[in-house]
Amino acid sequence: MSHATTSRTAAAGAARPEPGVDRRPLARQRRNRVLLQVACILITLFMAVPIYLIALAAMSSRQSLQKFPLSFIPDNFSTDTMQTFLQSTGILGGLINSVQVGVFTLVLSLLIGIPAGYAVARFAFRGREPYQLFLLFTRALPIVVLSVPLAQLFLQTGLYDSVFAVVLLHTALALPTTILITASVFLGVPRDVEEAARIFGCSPLQAFLKVVLPMAVPGIAAASIFTFVMSWNEVLGASILTLNQRTLPAQVLSSLSESPLAYRFAGGFLLVIPALVFIFFMRRYLTNMWGSTIR
Amino acid sequence: MAAPDAPAAARPHVPPAGPKARAPRRKGNPAALLLIAPSIVFMTLLFGWPMVSGILQAFGGPEGLTTANFTRMVQDPYFWSSVGNTLLLIVVMIPIQFVLALAMALLIRAKPRGASAYFYIWAIPLAVSDLAAGLVWLTVFTDRGYLNSLLASWGLQPVSWLAYDNYPSMFATVLIAEVWRATSLVFVIVVAGLQSIPKDYEEAAGVFGASFWNRLWHVTLPLLRPSLQTALILRTILAFQTFAVALALTGQNFPLVVGETYRWYTGLQDPNVASALALVVMAVSMVTAVGYLKLLRDQTEAAR
Amino acid sequence: MSVTAHHDVSRRALLKGGLTVLAAGPVLAACGVNTSGSGGKGSVSFLSTQFAPVEERQKYEATLKKFAGDISVAYNPVDTGVFNTTLKSQLAAGKVEVGIAGGLHGDLAPFASQLEDLSSLMNDLSSAGYSKDVAELAKLGTDVPRYIPWIQATYVLAINKKALQWLPSGADVNKLTYDQYLAWAKAAKDASGRPVFGLPAGPKGLHHRFYQGFLLPSFTGGQITTFRNQDAVNAWTYMRDLWANTNPASTNYDFMQEPLANGEVLVAWDHVARLINAVKDKPDDWQMVPAPSGPKGRGYLLIVGGMAVPKGSPEKDKAFELIKALSKPEAQIETLKSNSFFPVVKTDIGGDLPGGVALEAKAVKAQQEASDALLALPPVGLGDKDPQVSQLFKNCFQEICLNNSDVKATLDRQGAELAKIMDSLNVPCWAPDPKMSPCKVA
Repeated sequence: MSHATTSRTAAAGAARPEPGVDRRPLARQRRNRVLLQVACILITLFMAVPIYLIALAAMSSRQSLQKFPLSFIPDNFSTDTMQTFLQSTGILGGLINSVQVGVFTLVLSLLIGIPAGYAVARFAFRGREPYQLFLLFTRALPIVVLSVPLAQLFLQTGLYDSVFAVVLLHTALALPTTILITASVFLGVPRDVEEAARIFGCSPLQAFLKVVLPMAVPGIAAASIFTFVMSWNEVLGASILTLNQRTLPAQVLSSLSESPLAYRFAGGFLLVIPALVFIFFMRRYLTNMWGSTIR
Repeated sequence: MAAPDAPAAARPHVPPAGPKARAPRRKGNPAALLLIAPSIVFMTLLFGWPMVSGILQAFGGPEGLTTANFTRMVQDPYFWSSVGNTLLLIVVMIPIQFVLALAMALLIRAKPRGASAYFYIWAIPLAVSDLAAGLVWLTVFTDRGYLNSLLASWGLQPVSWLAYDNYPSMFATVLIAEVWRATSLVFVIVVAGLQSIPKDYEEAAGVFGASFWNRLWHVTLPLLRPSLQTALILRTILAFQTFAVALALTGQNFPLVVGETYRWYTGLQDPNVASALALVVMAVSMVTAVGYLKLLRDQTEAAR
Repeated sequence: MSVTAHHDVSRRALLKGGLTVLAAGPVLAACGVNTSGSGGKGSVSFLSTQFAPVEERQKYEATLKKFAGDISVAYNPVDTGVFNTTLKSQLAAGKVEVGIAGGLHGDLAPFASQLEDLSSLMNDLSSAGYSKDVAELAKLGTDVPRYIPWIQATYVLAINKKALQWLPSGADVNKLTYDQYLAWAKAAKDASGRPVFGLPAGPKGLHHRFYQGFLLPSFTGGQITTFRNQDAVNAWTYMRDLWANTNPASTNYDFMQEPLANGEVLVAWDHVARLINAVKDKPDDWQMVPAPSGPKGRGYLLIVGGMAVPKGSPEKDKAFELIKALSKPEAQIETLKSNSFFPVVKTDIGGDLPGGVALEAKAVKAQQEASDALLALPPVGLGDKDPQVSQLFKNCFQEICLNNSDVKATLDRQGAELAKIMDSLNVPCWAPDPKMSPCKVA
């Protein structure tokens, strides 16, 4: 084996190789890196192509979408449909309402959810499994059958047709995800570190805030992404709880299903963008602790 | 100092003391109850009465409580095919999504060049609402859509992927669209969970000669169990709920149980049968969740 | 250090945090931005199931602004499901915020007794000249008018002129019979290599109206009473043959304008408002004609939309004013030009219509004035059983055409269901069935 390696390295003009060095692991590692990239690229194609198609169709002229075969390159660029879409009634208002709902839902669900997640992870209290099932209960029922009583509830408490109503609903929908995900991440935080902090004089709350929370940031980031995106895209609940102060999807998505194809693309594309922006900002929190050693 | 309690697989199993030892009885813990109280109050106030009202609706009839709605539900020609389709879809889709998501998470963890960009792109489907996802895949698979355009430009005959009499093709298109849309959920949860697994354990195993698959199976996956359990429960429950993509792609030709719920509620304006269907969905989801909770219970909990 | 003291601190902090959030609630309630154009105090909230698509909405809001005078209107087009939930929950809670509920006859039917009695308004509008049938429909099966007719529409055939080359010889495209239509579909399929005729058989498609209002009346002379007689068997056998020559992707079509525009389909039957986008860009490429005729006549369905006022609605006076304003002939003609829904009041449409709308108006007029025209109305007085009756017709299509079941057996089965519903309702028949009360399936 050393003959092949000797000749290779001699050709490269490197320093005298040590005899008997096995280069196979290096070759294997290089090959693995290449395979790794190939796998990543394949998956990326699968994930990205539909997004590319939405963007392409949203920025094509209406006529070009009626041809066959459809073109895969943007040779019919036109922002007409997007402009018309942006000018329809209530888009700006809906955008503002949706952002408010998203942010407040995020804050409220984290405030209520993180302590509960911590409790589920750290304390083996009686009723822990029933509690988890209770949370899932509400998520397991299709919300459509709750539409009329839910709307009635808000009508009678005077909260109907307000941003606050939608915030409350979305928080309730987000709590199961938030609590379960943060619980699973808190389980991964070693107890000893927390106990060490307490021994050194922190109160339980301080130990939590200063030690446990930073180590659970990826889970909290994941829960935040789910909450914001769920709230951003939620249509049915927002539609039945509001009349004149709607969120963007409630204002737009249900009418999109009857609109011509080009508008559906324009609408779908524009609605995706804010959620994409949010994930862009949150992604580094998701991977900030990768492969760290035991503290 | 004792090893951290999270990676229980690494700690030697210590049988509980005593001849007839059972898991120690869990006691009510006031701190825990205080922490979970806000969530309980919140959910009860918001959903309490609507849930009761919704559940009663399933038994409602012109003269008080009745099971007639369930009879009507079962006799509807679309009911059994919707149940079959839903179960088939879930049984096939969930394992695929988990394997794919795990593979994606491990790929990212190996830090290839451009990992950050890859991670972002792989998480993008999360941002897409299921209505938009249905729309996109519809334009891919429809008769004059992108896939057939591609085939036509290669000189091949276009295929009617969404034809109502081609069940395997319909199933495949719904499967592909759903895998695209929902794998990111599992992916993100697994990535978050992998974050807190220190690499020391795997390195130690590697030093002792464990192969990649051994390390994966015996070290990483057990440490990942809480995240996998959470992801499994959430994904399955949400999988029972989604139908917008299937509706966009196949209309009434590939019925799903929640799609039927919507059809009974808005199309046929019969909230009672719709509630009956919703109860079926909820019951199956809960049974599955209980199953997951028991099967994947973290063994360390018993020893606390 | 006392552990309980620390617990108190954390408890207190949590409590403070919780109270702040709760206090922020009412503040948040005032934070929302209005999304319905105008709105706020003193405006009329117009909830409607029509004109939801982006362009149609903009055009109708322009029409509203033009004719509403100084009444500010918040126009809210929504999905049928949301329409129902909103009205139902508001009526049940006794806190109605919707000023006018606008929808098709079938949308308003479930709410009949919960809508205001509009007799006084009808009297004020006596000069409008509503047809007798339409005025009767407006009662929704009760004794008094519950809605004021708003718009009307019907269904016609849209034909891409490319398809005319396969028309059977001797057939007049303006006066087709069903047999000629089938022969045409066959010829077109053979020549093109694939079926090019279409039908809106998707989940939200209106194909049930085809069976209810066109096919069955033309073959059997009735809709309900003749549901399972021999003529009906003939009708559905014909339908099965027609389906074999129709583009199977029709089970995914809700609106025919898209498939027509991109050439997937060359000839289609659909609602006038769901065909307009295909023809309006290049009206010269298209022709629109009345539906075919069968042994018993040329059956056609009239769809009426109305404006109703839910009981307990705020701003009732303003709502009445707005309804009157929208019933003026000018407003109705404007609606025709911008949204292709036809006027319900007696008025001369005039000749200066945009290309696509002119095509439709011609076809609609020809259909109504045909010598063998047979008017069919949508079900009257079925209340919330209306959608289930529609579903029975869709089931017939599914079983006979898609599943290839035996025609007679299917009709007997679905007919039994229909009979059960009709018997439980005890209402008189409506056109084209003969006058009979209560209406029964033979």
